[in-house]
Amino acid sequence: MNDDDRELDLIRKQLRSALPPLSDSELKVDLWPRMLRRLEDSPAPFGWFESILVGLVALTLAVFPELLPAMLYHL
Amino acid sequence: MDTLERFATGDIDAFEALFRQYQGEVYRWIVRLVRNPGVAEELTVETFWRIHRNQKRFDAGRPFGPWARRIATHVAIDYLKSRDYKESAVQLSEPVMAPAPDILLQAEIRDQIARAFFSLPARLRVAANLALIEELPYQEIASALDISLSAVKMRVARAVALLRASLERKGIRP
Repeated sequence: MNDDDRELDLIRKQLRSALPPLSDSELKVDLWPRMLRRLEDSPAPFGWFESILVGLVALTLAVFPELLPAMLYHL
Repeated sequence: MDTLERFATGDIDAFEALFRQYQGEVYRWIVRLVRNPGVAEELTVETFWRIHRNQKRFDAGRPFGPWARRIATHVAIDYLKSRDYKESAVQLSEPVMAPAPDILLQAEIRDQIARAFFSLPARLRVAANLALIEELPYQEIASALDISLSAVKMRVARAVALLRASLERKGIRP
């Protein structure tokens, strides 16, 4: 064993003494209910249909800008 | 169609089946990286949230476990870099009842070593944690971190050098 290996071994022992391994930690609760809440709280993904709709509205307003006040009135 | 194939098409029941099968394994991996059971539970949910968002990118021909572990590692590293982690009080050593003077000294040294370890940059700390504390094979660490074997060795060597320098500044010689 050379000096570098000895030093690494010493550091390893000191670290394991200060911070013991946690390899035997077990999950004590079922996390699925939390996962479900996270899924329910998340916003719906912006799909292709919504993208086309937004594109059409933008295009219409670009061609007919006079429609903007009417559209804002109906929002 | 098997569970992985159904999962890759966005099937929520397949996602739940995989969640129930792998939540313990993902949790055990994360708790080794962040050393805090409560945080590890939150990060396990965050990991599966990212898995859910990326499920269409999953290749059903490959195993789920290593993919989930790589995502969990990224989630843990993100947490270790975050303000939440830096602001949290980290309990560094077990309380000692009526310690003898030499035990107190040992506890103080352990505390300094732990502090030096927690002050390492997140990527180096994760590599050093897995290699030196958890004593995982370097190849397994490389797979989890999605980096080469030589990169793992470099990170561990860099972490050891930083630890040694930090401890020497505190008057502790390894």
